[in-house]
Amino acid sequence: MNAPGRLVVDLAIILLLIVGVALFRSPRRARAGNLIAAFALLCAALLAFYHEQFFALAAVLIALSVGAAVGYCVAMKVDMVRIPSMVAFQNGAGGLAACLVAFVEMSGEAASLSAANIVGGVLAIAFGGVTFSGSMIATSKLSGVLRQTPVKLPGHSILLAGLAVAAVVFGVLSGLSAPASTALLLGLIAVTLVVGVVFSIRIGGAVMPVLISFLNAGTGLAAAFCGVVIQNRFLIVCGALVGASGSILTLAMCRAMNRNLAKVLAGLDARLADVSESFFHTESAPASEPDDDRSPLDRAAEAMKDAGSVIIVPGYGMALAQAQFDVVKLARELEEAGKEVCFAIHPVAGRMPGHMNVLLAEADVDYEMLHQMDEINPRFKETDLAIVVGACDVVNPAAINVEGTPISGMPILHVHEASHIVVCNLDEKPGYSGVDNPLYQNPRAILLFDDARATIGQLSEALAAASGEAGGGE
Amino acid sequence: MVNLILLVSILLVSFAVGYVLILRVPPLLHTPLMSMTNAVSGVTVLGALLLFVTRRTSFEMALGLAAVVCATFNVVGGFAITERMLKLFKRRERSP
Repeated sequence: MNAPGRLVVDLAIILLLIVGVALFRSPRRARAGNLIAAFALLCAALLAFYHEQFFALAAVLIALSVGAAVGYCVAMKVDMVRIPSMVAFQNGAGGLAACLVAFVEMSGEAASLSAANIVGGVLAIAFGGVTFSGSMIATSKLSGVLRQTPVKLPGHSILLAGLAVAAVVFGVLSGLSAPASTALLLGLIAVTLVVGVVFSIRIGGAVMPVLISFLNAGTGLAAAFCGVVIQNRFLIVCGALVGASGSILTLAMCRAMNRNLAKVLAGLDARLADVSESFFHTESAPASEPDDDRSPLDRAAEAMKDAGSVIIVPGYGMALAQAQFDVVKLARELEEAGKEVCFAIHPVAGRMPGHMNVLLAEADVDYEMLHQMDEINPRFKETDLAIVVGACDVVNPAAINVEGTPISGMPILHVHEASHIVVCNLDEKPGYSGVDNPLYQNPRAILLFDDARATIGQLSEALAAASGEAGGGE
Repeated sequence: MVNLILLVSILLVSFAVGYVLILRVPPLLHTPLMSMTNAVSGVTVLGALLLFVTRRTSFEMALGLAAVVCATFNVVGGFAITERMLKLFKRRERSP
């Protein structure tokens, strides 16, 4: 095929990919979008086989089959709570691939590389190396191999800056030595791998969505730079697309936590001195109405029975307690009792952007019942009952009322505006931010501190009993 | 030089197109979006394949094959997991 013909075919495939991404605007079409994007990449790969003659074809085909088979099997097995860890792992694999390809291309004998190729190659190695080791740390943290809490080394920022300078030096030196010296490139890889580790270990817990989005963007850019070194349009387009998507998600996550990206990445979010402590410090147990000798469970049952509208607010604690199926069952029972029920989702609930939506979708919730923060917040005022399940920081009114805490200014779900609030958290300890939650002192709040699964089960029973009584009595 | 300008403009244009498209994806679908774009970043499999167009030393071949395995793992796994997730998003018929 001649050059213009190839360009047309390439553009057609790229267009297909763009259509696939565009279909993600609606949940009904996203599935088709995913399949179209997959098809576009398959076409691109088949086209490569059509145009080129490969050495060691058998080995290449075996490698393809092994990668595909393992990738497919692992993807089919992983459960939805572990999706963030899996995505981080796959992301790391992509970063490693970009790093390896650029390394082979740069260190090879061929060495007819232009300046553009060399710059692209050095960047691809650097981005690939950092995202590979960074993603491996992220996946270990998310799967519980490493502890989730941020690890801060002595002089962490200085160390990181020093490593970054070393990476730049290795990068420039290997760029200047033509053909690039293998030793220098290996040095560059080693330094970037360490940078990835040092960079990622001080990010943890609730800030993980930012890290994952950031690494996602990094792998995209690594692929794009890899495309520059081998002069392949597909790699550049696809990589840049992923880079854009990762950047948008990174910024969205920062906005949802009211944090500056630079500060998150510099680990400055990790628990500032808790100025709020004296503000919230109370000797007494969580306030309950003193004249009310009924148990909290009874009061919660009463509130459920009387409520006309209910908003359920799930947090990552729900996923940890594996309570999503029980929560959805309760939601259904409330609906059957004639109440208006919906879910309020905070953008950073979970361990990656939008994670909570997937967990609830898996528990068979109609996605029209899942309302995102900006849309649902005005409705809390008119809502009779808000049920919080395993969420703390994202419903902490201190974010609005108190200056100087780590979460001040972070947008939250306005649970405190509902007429009644039932809190089904494990305990009254503060969330990841370390800021005490004044919601627990709210007289309208009914606190059920226990394993969310057990609590939700009790609420289900209480609701059944209450509606049974009501039905029998009238 | 012309080549460099061309490559950089392709990069910038694609970034801009991606930015515009992805801004309109609802937060509901952010997880599948990320896992799908993650799969797309496994496009490096093409780069890995094209390494085998020239004759390579066995060390380079070994690295190239490793890159092929990693990148296909990323692509196939990414699209498969996205498909699994998106299948979960459904509208329930209102039944008792």
